[in-house]
Parts: sequence; structure tokens; C-alpha cells
Amino acid sequence: MFDQLTHLLGYEFVQNAIAAGVVIAVVSGIVSRFVVARNMSFAVHALAELGFTGSAGAILVGVSPVIGLLAGTTITALFIGALGVRVRERDAVVGVVMAFGLGLGVLFLTLYPRYATEAFAILFGTITGVSHDDVLLLVVIGVITLVALGIVYRPLMFATVDPDVAEARGVPVGALAIVFLLIMAAAVAEAVQVVGVLLILTLLITPGATAERLTARPGRATVYSVAIALFCTVGGILAALVTNAPVSFYVTSLSFAAYLIARFVVGPLTLGAEGRRIAAEMPSP
Amino acid sequence: MADGTSVVRLRDATLDFRGHRVWSDLSLDFGAPSFVAILGPNGSGKTSLLRVILGLAPLSAGTIEVLGEPPRRGNPAIGYVPQHQSFDPDLPLRGRDLVQFGVDGYRWGFGRSDAATRKRVAEAIESVEASAYADAPIGRLSGGEQQRLRIAQALVGDPQLLLCDEPLASLDLRHQQEITELIGRWQRQTGRTVLFVTHDVNPVLNLVDRVLFVVNGRWAAGTPDEVLTSERMTDLYGSHVDVLRVHGRVLVVSESTGSGFEIGEPHHIPSVDHDPGRPPASVS
Repeated sequence: MFDQLTHLLGYEFVQNAIAAGVVIAVVSGIVSRFVVARNMSFAVHALAELGFTGSAGAILVGVSPVIGLLAGTTITALFIGALGVRVRERDAVVGVVMAFGLGLGVLFLTLYPRYATEAFAILFGTITGVSHDDVLLLVVIGVITLVALGIVYRPLMFATVDPDVAEARGVPVGALAIVFLLIMAAAVAEAVQVVGVLLILTLLITPGATAERLTARPGRATVYSVAIALFCTVGGILAALVTNAPVSFYVTSLSFAAYLIARFVVGPLTLGAEGRRIAAEMPSP
Repeated sequence: MADGTSVVRLRDATLDFRGHRVWSDLSLDFGAPSFVAILGPNGSGKTSLLRVILGLAPLSAGTIEVLGEPPRRGNPAIGYVPQHQSFDPDLPLRGRDLVQFGVDGYRWGFGRSDAATRKRVAEAIESVEASAYADAPIGRLSGGEQQRLRIAQALVGDPQLLLCDEPLASLDLRHQQEITELIGRWQRQTGRTVLFVTHDVNPVLNLVDRVLFVVNGRWAAGTPDEVLTSERMTDLYGSHVDVLRVHGRVLVVSESTGSGFEIGEPHHIPSVDHDPGRPPASVS
């Protein structure tokens, strides 16, 4: 199996997939920390589904599906940002926008007769089938997203965990919410390439949720989240190459296993070691 | 700030919110050192005044100067302690991290991890005697422990002006005492200015040297002995009110209901129709 793997790693399409996978995993790992802390799972789901509408539209008019995906997620992010300012109305707005956008997606599907393969690829992931140009595009989008995250990381974390004091200290909380929606739009467009629209949460929720179970330190949690996303993505791509089962199956299985192990095996040990009084005085989570 | 200089200076300040006059013609100077209690019923615009000072909301009319300049967002010379809010117990955030937001939370980038920052944070935590639990997840600490760390977060930037917005709400009596002692000690040691929004003046009565009482758009300011009198409160509320001092506590009693209550529950007082034409019942 090891020989087979080294042999496969010689192929360009495999190298492309892994290169894109690494960038996508780093973006997903950081973004998922904020998605979990900001309770934005539903928004991630909506961005992904409307990314599907975007890429369906792109295929219909003969544009790269990656561009269509990014356009779909970005327009959705702006809609959510413009309409759902308060937390209370955000979920409702997400649902309203998502329902309409998916309706468009259905229309595009029926308009394009040879759609079955592409639709399947977008819904469940295509990373080993991505063209060289699209890999380049994914890497560029990924790097831009990482730079944006690097700039806003600290104030975004402040605004996420402690919004009232962050606002009082001059952090532009409202503007950062919009910026984060746009970062999420890019991250979703990236992660869809690996696991597809329907399985997006496995890269944009699970790594952050798993990391929270391992440490009480915010910086460490982000590092763990990135490491878990990398492990699941690269591991999933390699496992799929060797066995011919789909990449998304392996990524979702690996990330689910990571969550269970973190929650029930490793987490209680590491958290107990970090916060001495937690285990002794507090009920276990 | 030298004595006599104004830390917060308001002149004919008026605030409207959604077409509704919150308060008007507020002309006041808060100096240093000073511990000011801002009192009044819910919705009387106490928190709004803090937002104006923080540069988060503009005045509708009049002027305000904070530390000699117009208010601006993110002024590092202002510390802010909010009402206690609970954190998710699984949130990966320690008290130490919360305090460090007071140093670098508003700076772009990844934040600071140098030894000097860590030392500053550790000293702020030590100054509120929270070192024992500063490394536990913040969501698993008690309300009083979290508020101590909030104070460290506000003081780590060495502010000239400390704004506290109901920092005692939902704390038990013992923790209320501890928190007020911490803030009072800091204010005495540094000789700076504290503006303390509270619905109940009693926990801070022995620290307060000035009181601002806001009711239905009207206000009264002065020392506690000047403001917390039956005459001034009756004038302010527009209906007969008795102010009693019992065992060192202040009780405000309304004639019409006969119910005794602390300043904390002024909603028992019959509401007064707002009359913007009426001159403010106070001295500035």
C-alpha cells in the first residue's frame, strides 16, 4: 500500500489535489474556530447551498464552476450581512435567502441537460478531479483569505467572545461581522471542492468543535483546529486514492473520529491537566 | 489629571433616541479624583450616557469633552466594565485571555505574546487577586470571579477614566461588596475618575462623592447628601417622594403607593409625563 501511495504521489493530479487540500485545510481550520464560537453553522450551510446555485449557473453559461461557487457564496454573504444585522433576525434571514437561492439552483439544473455528473461533483466534492487552473485559483483565493484572517484575527476574536467590551474599546464589531461573512464565503467556496456542498460542515464546524474539546487556550485551540483539518483533508485524499472510495467519505469519517476521540478520550485528560480546578469542582461537560 | 480639571465636561447636552428625548440640557463636570454614581430608573439613559462618552453614540445637541477632547471610539484612556454576562462553559478562553484583550484586543494582527505583555496581564490579574483561577476556562468561573477578571481587563490599560455599567447586577451580596471594594481601592490609590451606573446606590454609597440622578429626561447632580433628599427627589419625579436613611442605607418611599423601596426599584414610582420645557431640577 505504501508503494502504491508513493507511485500515486508522482501524478500531477494527485499533487494538485494535495496542494489545494493543504491550503483549504488551513483556511477551514481557522474559520471553523470562529464559526463555532459565533454560532454560525446555519449560515455556513446556506452559503454552501447557494454556492451550489452559483456553480450551477456558471456551468450553464460556460464559466469555471469555482468562480460560480465563489460568486454564489459572496452574494449570499452580502445578503445575509445587509439583511440580518441583529443576531435575533440572522437565522430567519439566512433561511429566507437560502430557500430562494436553492430554487434558482433547481432551475439551473433543469436547464442544463448533461448536468448529473457536475451536480454530483459539486454536492459531494471533486478535489481529485480539479483542473490545474482551478487548483491555482483555489490556492490564490486561499492565500488571500489567510492574509485577511491574519489582519482581523485578534479584533475578530475579541468581537466574537466579548462583543460589548470589544465595541466599547473601539473594535468595529459591525464591520467585522460583514468581513467575517466574506471570509466565510471564500472558505466555503474552498472547502466545497474537497467535501462538497452537502458535507461542508465536516470541514467548517468539526475541526473547531473538536479543538474546543482539547484546550481552554484560544491560540492553542486554533492551532489544533488547523492540524485536525489538515489531517482529515490530506488523510482523506490519500485514503481515497488508495481505496477508490470517495474523498468526502474519508474526510467526514476522519473528522467524526477526531471529534469522538477528543470529546471522550483526549479532551478530559488535556483539559483536566490545564485547568486544575475544572475536574475537581465543576460537573463534566 | 490634576484636581479641578474636568475629566468629563457636558454642556447643554441632549440625547434623542428614535425620536424620543432621553435627557436634555445636561451641563456637568466630572473631575478627578471622583467616584460618581449614575442613578435612575431603567430606560432613563444611564447606559446611553456611557455610550456617548465612549464615542459610540453622538449627542443630539450640546457638547461633550472627555479628557479634554471630543469623544472618540477606542480611546485607550477609558476602561469599561460591563454587566456580568455568562460565557459558554466550553468556550476556549481563560481569564488570562480575557484580560489580555484589554491590552491588544483592538489591534490588528494575531495579538501579542511577548514577555512584557504577559507580565502586564499577570500583574493586572494579581491586583484583583484572581491569579488562582486565571487559567481556568472563563465560562466555568462564578459571576464574582468573572467580574474580578473584567475589572483586571479594564484596568490593565491604566485608564484615566473607568466606566462601569451595572457591574454588580446578578451578583450576590458578598461578591457585590468585593467588587465595589476593588473598584473603590483602585480609585482611591490612583486618584482617578469612576462613573458607576447602578440601579441601587447602597452598595457603593460609602465610596460615592457625587451622584447624577436621571428620571424622565430630567436630572439632578451633586453630593449624595444634596441629591438624595425628599425635596430633590420629589421635584425630580414630580410626585411626592420621601428619602429615608435607615442603618446607613438609602430608601426612597413613594407616598401614593406607600411601598418602601431602595433606589434600585424606582419603577414603583408613578411615572411622570415628560415635560421638556421644564428647566432641569438641579444645580450643575
